[in-house]
Amino acid sequence: MAVISDPATEWQLAPPVSARLRGSLGATYRAARRDKVLAASITVLLIGLFLAFFAPTLARTDYERTDPVNRLLGPSTDHWFGTDNWGRDVFDRTIVGTRLSFLVGVSVTVVSTVIGVSVALVISYFRLLDSIIMRVVDGFLAFPTILLALALISLIGPSVGNIIIALSVTATAGKIRLVRGAVLSLRESTYVEAARAVGVPVPRILMLHVLPNIVSIIIVQATFTLAGAILAEASLSFLGAGVPEYVPSWGNIIATGQGYMQVGFHISFFPGLFLTITVLAVVLIGDSIRDHLDPKLRGRLKTTAHS
Amino acid sequence: MAEVLLKVKNLSTLFRTEGGVVKAVDNISFEVRAGETFALVGESGCGKSVTALSIMRLIPTPPGEITSGTVEFDGIDLLKLRNREMRAIRGSKIGMIFQEPMSSLNPVLTIQSQLAEPLKIHMKLSSGAANDRAEELVNMVGIPDARARLQQYPHELSGGQRQRIMIAMAMSCAPRLLIADEATTALDVTIQAQILDLMQDVTEQSGTSLLIITHNLGIVARYADRVAVMYAGKLREVSDASDMYAEPQHPYTVGLLRSVPRLDSDKGAPLTPIAGEIPDLTDLPDGCAFNPRCPWAVERCFTDDPELEEISTGKQVACFEHASVALHD
Amino acid sequence: MWRYIAQRVLVSIPVIIMVGIITFTLVYIGPGDPAAIIAGDEATPEILERIRHDLGFDRPFPVQMGEWFLNLLRGDLGTSYFSGREITELITPRLQPTLSLGFQVVVLSTIIGISAGMLAAWKAGTRLDKNLMIFAVLGFATPGFWLAFLTIWVFAVNLGWFPVIGYKPLSAGLIPHLHSMFLPVMVNSILASAFISRITRSAMLEVLREDYIRTARAKGASEFSVFLRHAFRPSAIPVATVIGASIAGLATGFVLTETIFAIPGLGRMLVDAIVRRDYPIIQALLMVVATVLIGVNLIVDILYAYIDPRIRY
Repeated sequence: MAVISDPATEWQLAPPVSARLRGSLGATYRAARRDKVLAASITVLLIGLFLAFFAPTLARTDYERTDPVNRLLGPSTDHWFGTDNWGRDVFDRTIVGTRLSFLVGVSVTVVSTVIGVSVALVISYFRLLDSIIMRVVDGFLAFPTILLALALISLIGPSVGNIIIALSVTATAGKIRLVRGAVLSLRESTYVEAARAVGVPVPRILMLHVLPNIVSIIIVQATFTLAGAILAEASLSFLGAGVPEYVPSWGNIIATGQGYMQVGFHISFFPGLFLTITVLAVVLIGDSIRDHLDPKLRGRLKTTAHS
Repeated sequence: MAEVLLKVKNLSTLFRTEGGVVKAVDNISFEVRAGETFALVGESGCGKSVTALSIMRLIPTPPGEITSGTVEFDGIDLLKLRNREMRAIRGSKIGMIFQEPMSSLNPVLTIQSQLAEPLKIHMKLSSGAANDRAEELVNMVGIPDARARLQQYPHELSGGQRQRIMIAMAMSCAPRLLIADEATTALDVTIQAQILDLMQDVTEQSGTSLLIITHNLGIVARYADRVAVMYAGKLREVSDASDMYAEPQHPYTVGLLRSVPRLDSDKGAPLTPIAGEIPDLTDLPDGCAFNPRCPWAVERCFTDDPELEEISTGKQVACFEHASVALHD
Repeated sequence: MWRYIAQRVLVSIPVIIMVGIITFTLVYIGPGDPAAIIAGDEATPEILERIRHDLGFDRPFPVQMGEWFLNLLRGDLGTSYFSGREITELITPRLQPTLSLGFQVVVLSTIIGISAGMLAAWKAGTRLDKNLMIFAVLGFATPGFWLAFLTIWVFAVNLGWFPVIGYKPLSAGLIPHLHSMFLPVMVNSILASAFISRITRSAMLEVLREDYIRTARAKGASEFSVFLRHAFRPSAIPVATVIGASIAGLATGFVLTETIFAIPGLGRMLVDAIVRRDYPIIQALLMVVATVLIGVNLIVDILYAYIDPRIRY
């Protein structure tokens, strides 16, 4: 006779996902108040997001149009970051570059997380599918990210959409491997066994028991994916494989300034600074989240008042 | 009567955690004599392991701190020693074995190198001499085929064998005191008896004192000379082992004994668990920490905290109502 | 032990094959008619047809891929569309700069990274630890090409200690060779050692929490001995992993580095091939790089077994 799972018991096994998330958001807020570095990083990110949305309206010049009369001016009150070799205002181009970086970064992160987690959850229960897909994943992961992205872009052409696709390929592969590994090890844990013994169907186990426990890993990984994607987009643009030159991207501004190092140090300096600070902020947030979530999962000192 | 080897006085150890300050060990005092087997008993979380680690000064110091007391070993206060001096005592004058043989041995080092280590550190033996002695030790703890075993790694041995190796390591430099912190809890029941017998043999032969930390009253009955019962960081009763089983004086001890099946109890008679739960150490009740669960509690127990008092030779109790406390009513 | 090694090798083979399939398929379905590229602008349709037929482009897909694989096994990496020369010939002179760069960076970053990580773990919580980790995070987050830009500006343009670009091969002497490569080596090493030191530190801290460290202390071992003898080896596994990963990261870094510093290595060759759509070179290089990385991972796996006896069986 089939054992019917008792919803009451189930909820005791794993609190609803929403409760957990609320708990961790609250914890994050409290943590941010204590940890100045975290607070600063979140502030930087929020500024970045603001710029990403509003920078084009904030820009005071037409930064895509060349203005050879004003070329290679140093920083001044008219041009806070100076002008580049085409006379375009570097400040405007830098803050507009934020938009591209975040657009690509966030898109890649979202796409790779959604697809990656879904695929990982599915294949962890179908052994045959798992073997096949993992071979493909391993194959893609054997390539260094930028190389694969470069090759892909040379094939499908440079455009923002294609950059996102190219970078998402490797990111998704990485996510699948990570999440699958976590799911497989969780599957062997006793509370999942207990749920199965009570007759809980597989999709429910995945949603209620497995997913909440891997959320922390997914979130931490997502922050590193974001950082990586922002850096990768800049690298691709730097190499000329990203967006066209007149579209401001931190990567191609730096590339432009490369050749004018002696007279135009400011051209490459500022966008690079923005890039570094942004990536730094994301990485620090990721670190913080990991530090806060991990010890709670791991349990504390072995020598405490346990006995 | 044998001389006092270890004298713990007013020892307090606390931990600063995110949930508050935990007084894991609160002002405890007891003595262990040379050659005797002393058991420190209590449930999980009562502070007994922390006591042992405090004696060895192995408490991790950012969250933990020994805040008061003296630990006199052979006349020297261990708490006042410099790190280097304390290191000379650990492993040579005092040996310690732990609960999890699985994780207490380094997985990437051979048995031989781990056994030989204290010999090289404390007795300054050369590699060759240390390895020979290691082989003798393996034989001493009853593991056959010593030479082959020495070249193996911990994961190739069974739990019982690993614990034997731990005993060998702890006894290698002929310590005067061996501390066994829940040494048999993680082993199969049949192996437990073997390991305990081994510990008893080995310490008897060399006149080493044995401090057993456990929650298992059966072990205490069989192997201990004297017992101290600990609850919520404080000692509640200290007496000779036989005395404790015959005439327990503290309500907690009585509760423990009543909840354990005995060979002489009536078949089918129900076990009586102790009502209530172990208190949260960051939020102890006023007065005696046991009062929520105590059948003999009177008004005074909720306001004042009883001290450990000697009520007869060799027997100490921390209870205002000990005169009314009895095992059978 | 040997069985473990054999097993790892066996597992790598399907991955290499998959890499080959991906590489070939990507390039195959990409745009661009190789015949048109070879023939140039003035070719007529007949000439294009003939070229296609001569080069075998009109054969079915699996046949073409199979042939490509077979050629690879024979050591034939194909022919460049542009120069018409054997790719193997083209790669050989460019091996030295890339390998030299790689070797120096791996050695330097491993030494610096592990030392810094261990030092930080030893002094965990102190200011030294915090400062080291700040450097590590900065190194991790700073884009390589910007760091290269800054170092060039400071050391080459302003201080003049090193050449901005200008690679000197080993044949010009060891010192001139190293001197010409110093900036790119430094930039890549900083990035890689940042990564390595972070992982080393956290791996060490994890190991230091283990029970057997407590046992070692209970035996009276000195802190130094606890660290080096008891804690380092178990933590070597994640460290070995991350060194392997950093080598993968190097492959990316080299593409950028060789472009910036004008080093005539394989990274430059790839970028040039991509710009010119010289597909055989793209295919061959991707395959080579991915295979090398799989080989590196294999070596790391084997190292695991050497480090941790539990893995040998």
